[in-house]
Amino acid sequence: MMGRTEQQPDPNDPDHCHDGQASDAAFAALLEDSADDLYESAPCGYLSTLMDGTIAKANRTLLNWLGLEREAVVGRMRFADLLSVGGRLYHETHFAPLLRMQGEINGIALEVKRADGGRMPVLVSSVVKHGSAGDPLLIRTTLFDARDRRAYEEELLRGRRAAEEARRQSEADRARLQDALAVLQQSLLPHTLPSVPGVETAAYYHTASADRLGGDFYDVFPLDGKRFAFFLGDVCGKGPQAAAVTSLTRYTLRAAALHDPDPVAALTTLNHVLHERYTGGGDPRYCTAVFGTFEPDPATGAIAVQLASGGHPPALVLRADGTADFLPTPGGLLIGILPSAPFTAATTVLAPGDTLLLYTDGLTEARTGKDRTSLYGDEALLDFAVELAGESPHAVIQALTGLLDSFGEGLDDDTALLALGVPPTDPETRSTE
Amino acid sequence: MDIVRRNNVTVTGNLQGPTVILAHGFGCDQNMWRLTVPALAEDYRVVLFDYVGAGRSDSSVFSERRYASLHGYAQDVVDVCEALDLRDAAFVGHSVSSMIGVLAAAMAPRRIGSLVMVAPSPRYIDEDGYRGGFSAEDIEELLASLEANYLGWSGAMAPVIMGNEDRPELGDELKHSFCATDPEMARVFARTTFLSDSREELKSVQVPTLVLECTQDAIAPREVGAFVHRAIAGSTLITLDATGHCPHLSAPEATNAAILGFLAERR
Repeated sequence: MMGRTEQQPDPNDPDHCHDGQASDAAFAALLEDSADDLYESAPCGYLSTLMDGTIAKANRTLLNWLGLEREAVVGRMRFADLLSVGGRLYHETHFAPLLRMQGEINGIALEVKRADGGRMPVLVSSVVKHGSAGDPLLIRTTLFDARDRRAYEEELLRGRRAAEEARRQSEADRARLQDALAVLQQSLLPHTLPSVPGVETAAYYHTASADRLGGDFYDVFPLDGKRFAFFLGDVCGKGPQAAAVTSLTRYTLRAAALHDPDPVAALTTLNHVLHERYTGGGDPRYCTAVFGTFEPDPATGAIAVQLASGGHPPALVLRADGTADFLPTPGGLLIGILPSAPFTAATTVLAPGDTLLLYTDGLTEARTGKDRTSLYGDEALLDFAVELAGESPHAVIQALTGLLDSFGEGLDDDTALLALGVPPTDPETRSTE
Repeated sequence: MDIVRRNNVTVTGNLQGPTVILAHGFGCDQNMWRLTVPALAEDYRVVLFDYVGAGRSDSSVFSERRYASLHGYAQDVVDVCEALDLRDAAFVGHSVSSMIGVLAAAMAPRRIGSLVMVAPSPRYIDEDGYRGGFSAEDIEELLASLEANYLGWSGAMAPVIMGNEDRPELGDELKHSFCATDPEMARVFARTTFLSDSREELKSVQVPTLVLECTQDAIAPREVGAFVHRAIAGSTLITLDATGHCPHLSAPEATNAAILGFLAERR
């Protein structure tokens, strides 16, 4: 078989015709007893076992790796005996069953024990040789030296574990941060609205992002035995700086109202405080707000509302008769911009069935339309409010919450809603009393 | 919860016959019983399933806390029994599953009427006066072996984990997914299995029990088979002329004959 092969002389190689015979002889010498030598000295370990794992044949490469004599291995050991204990367990639970089921298995990382007590990482592939009747006869196995590869894989594994650990850590950090932000955010809003006899209040707060503190705020609180104060506003910006302004604003308004409940006076105090705190620092901060007081009249059930606005969208009044209109407060300036600022006052009386609605511009500036380029706007809000006129404050807030939800992605700003009103008189209930 | 989907429950064989549950062991799934099912199918209703985290179970419901104890796996068995309303079924468990069967039989006594324990071991680690075959260090080494094949597993498992189950090439993937478990879940199962000690629970067995051991088993040596047999009063021990830990694969005829003989006595 190893006779010289017919070769076409290469016209570009002038030496070819002279040396052709010699190089063929060199090849023949190289390939001499190739099958045996290829098997014995292959750059991988070869192993043939009976189906029960008894080693029937092993090549010299493998025996050298193991540091064992052929006589100690062939017919005396099973494949699993060559493996570390962990590898043996893996062999029994994974390798052998897979090989039985599939007839082959590839690239399994195992370690073989060496006579000197050392371990050598190998990559093992096995295939079952079947007889003519399809019955399994023996298992052929190759083992590749995987020392370098194992070191590399261990690096990969370490890197992967580090990455997983970092991911877990960052998720935990993020969760902790969100918890902290939620607690902080809650501290800027009343936990519950106080119960006021004869008056119903309802509020809703939409946070645009769980990661960022919102800049909207509202509150309702008692002033004395008869009167209550309320406010709702919007600090410019978002995040921790805005939250700091919100906090300052909230507690300033609460304290100012106790000192002088006149709405214009309360906003004027807030203006002084914000202007003093934030002017000159290169980071001017301001807000818009509606501040008001109300006093229920037990005789009529109606409540008299006094309010003032600093640069904030006008409040809406929804009447029991099915009408609704803005309560204009034109000319009020942003709070905190100028050392002294004019604020516009307004008054109204809420009879049973009337509701006063305060909101921030997240509502009116929600983006609507197919491509989300138009803003929801005052007119649409007024139309929506007319439909709700006569409903209770809770029902109004519920309807507006549904409206906000319907904006979906179009609602990208924080939004605060506060409604207060006198529940409608129920003629039937009244008559049975 | 849809247990049938969660545990990838398969019911086959003679649906009018008595029920036999085949429960796979560590590192594999119900395909392990491929050579056993045909032998039982004619006379028995055969119920196969995958433990959560193995094979094609719904691994999204895996809980490390639940499956850190063999009782968690036993609850899978009880859940399957209840979902199919099984009564007096024969439970055939391989390896650690035979211990899981012992726990499940105690948890749901009327549902499991007999046990076949294939290559069982109630305790893998040697202790004073007890030989399980392994030291604690050996078990740690196995866990390291699992880790070492982590990269390979991830690759083989990817198509299955991604849930592309209706893709035609899965015919090929299925081959690889056999015995392939999510590495994290396999790690939990491995720890639970090889660090477990169920020797006390053996005494609770009240149902007829067949213990099958192999002549040469690197995982459950002969002493362990004898221990299980002694601990379960009235149990039968059969030593199969088989090597390895999976006689139902390496010596299916002898294993099937032993199981069928035991089941026939109970009919």
